[in-house]
Amino acid sequence: MRLKCPNCGWRDIREFTYMGAASMMERPAANAPIEEWDAYLHLRDNPDGVTRELWYHEYGCGAWLVVTRNTLTHEVIKCELAEKVAAKAAKKTAGAAS
Amino acid sequence: MDFSGRFSGLRILKEGLTGNKGWGPHWKDATPKEAYDVVIIGGGGHGLSTAYYLAKNHGIRNVAVLEKGYLGGGNVGRNTTIVRANYMMPGNTEFYSHSLKLWEGLEQDLNYNAMLSQRGQISLFHSDGQRDGAIRQGNAMINQGDDAELLSVGDLKKLVPFLDYKQARYPIYGAILQRRAGTARHDAVAWGFARGASERGVDLIQNCEVTGIDIEGGRVTGVQTTRGAIKAGKVAIIVAGRSSKVAAMAGMRLPIESHVLQAFVSEGLKPCIDHVISFGMGHFYISQSDKGGLVFGGDLDFYASYAARGNLPTVEHVMEAGMTLMPAIGKARVLRSWGGIMDMSPDGSPIIDKTHIDGLFIDCGWCYGGFKAVPGSGHVMAHLMATGEHHAAATKFRLDRFRTGQNLMDEEGTGSQHNLH
Repeated sequence: MRLKCPNCGWRDIREFTYMGAASMMERPAANAPIEEWDAYLHLRDNPDGVTRELWYHEYGCGAWLVVTRNTLTHEVIKCELAEKVAAKAAKKTAGAAS
Repeated sequence: MDFSGRFSGLRILKEGLTGNKGWGPHWKDATPKEAYDVVIIGGGGHGLSTAYYLAKNHGIRNVAVLEKGYLGGGNVGRNTTIVRANYMMPGNTEFYSHSLKLWEGLEQDLNYNAMLSQRGQISLFHSDGQRDGAIRQGNAMINQGDDAELLSVGDLKKLVPFLDYKQARYPIYGAILQRRAGTARHDAVAWGFARGASERGVDLIQNCEVTGIDIEGGRVTGVQTTRGAIKAGKVAIIVAGRSSKVAAMAGMRLPIESHVLQAFVSEGLKPCIDHVISFGMGHFYISQSDKGGLVFGGDLDFYASYAARGNLPTVEHVMEAGMTLMPAIGKARVLRSWGGIMDMSPDGSPIIDKTHIDGLFIDCGWCYGGFKAVPGSGHVMAHLMATGEHHAAATKFRLDRFRTGQNLMDEEGTGSQHNLH
C-alpha cells in the first residue's frame, strides 16, 4: 500500500504512521457532556468500505494527512493535507454561524 | 445418520477393522426454525462454545448459531493456536486462568481430540528492566494460581539452544516459562464445540448472514437473515472483526476498530522447536505444528482493514524479528501467509456484557488473542446470558469501561486509546 502525500507524491506506507479515524479532528468543547467525549475518544464507525483516517508522514515531510481509503480493498481514494481540511471545516462553521 | 457416536480407542479399532464405514458427520447442518430462545450471531470459536455451554451448563437447548459462511471458517480456523494464561491485570488474569483450566479438561468434556499440547511458553526478556517486568508478571500469574518459572540464560540454553544468545542489539537475559501453556488444533476446537452443541439440540446454521436486528420497545425480538426472519428471546453478537457492522444493526457504535493481523507457516520440518517462544524486543512468536510447519507471527499492520490480507512491510518486519531471534529459521522457506480481521479495543482487552437493549448481549474486542479464550469466553458468556449476572471470572469486561474509566485493562501500559495495542 502506498499513500499519495500532497507534498511528496506517492510514497511507501513505511513512511507513514496511522492515527485512526479522521473523526479525531472533531474535538468536542472542553465542557461537552461525557458521552460526547466518550464517543470522540473511543467509539468508532469502523466501516467495511470507504473510511476517512489520519496518517502522519513521519519519515517524509511531517505533514498530517486525511486519507480516504477502502478498508475492504486497500484502495487509496484521496489524500489531503489535514490543515487544509481543518481550515475548510472552520470556514464552514464560521459561515454557518454568521 | 449417526451424529452421536462417542469416540474411543475401541471404536477406532473397530472402524479400522471394518473399512471405516461407520463414521458419520460430526454435527447436523440445520435449517432455521421460526423462533429460538437464543440466537447466537457468529459460528466461530466463541459463538460455538457459548452455544455448547448454554446447552450443557444451563439446559438452554433451543438455540441457533447463525454463521454467514461455513462453521469455524473465520479467525478460529486462521490463527496461531496458542493457549496460555500469562496475563497480569485484574480482570484479565482471573479470566485467562479460568479459560486455561477449561482447556485442560476440554477434550474429555467434549469427547473430542483438540490436540491440546502443553509444551510450555517461553517469554524472553532482553534487559534488566524487562526482567523486573517479567518477574512482576510471573508473580501475578503465581498469585492467580497459575504457573510461572524464571529461567536464567543457562536454563534457556539447555531448553532452546538455537536462539542467538550473542545478539549484540538484543541480548537474551532470561525468560518466563509457563509450562501449562501450549498449542491446540484450532479447527478441532471449533468442530468439537460444534459437535457438543449439536448433539445437545443446538441448531448450527451455515450460509445464514444476519442482515438486521429486530428491536421493539427497547427489547430485542429477533433477527433478519438471508434465510428469512428468526424470532429470538435473546440474541448474542459474537462476530469478532465484524462486531461494529453487526452492532450497527442495533443502532450501536462500539469502541472497536478492525485491523489486519498476518501470520505465517513455513514448509514442514522435522521437530526442532519444542515450545512456544516469544521474542521480547519486537513482536514475534513461534511454535511448530504437529505437521512440522513453523507457525509464526508478529505485529498488526496497524491500519483499519477488512481485507483479510496485509502488506509487505509487516511481512518484512516479522521475518527480520525471526531472523534476529533465531537465525537458523532463515533456512526454512515460507509456505503461506494470511491475514485475519481483529476486533481491536482501546485497552487491548475484551468486552463481554449486556447492551442497553434488553436481551441483546455482546462478546467482542478479543484483539489478536481470542483463540486461547475460546472455552472461557463461551463459558462466561453462557453464564451471563442464562443468569443475567456476570460470571466471577469475567466481571470487568464491561462495555462502558472506557466511558467510566473504571477497570481498564491495559496490559502493556501504553494507554487506553485506539491504535496503541
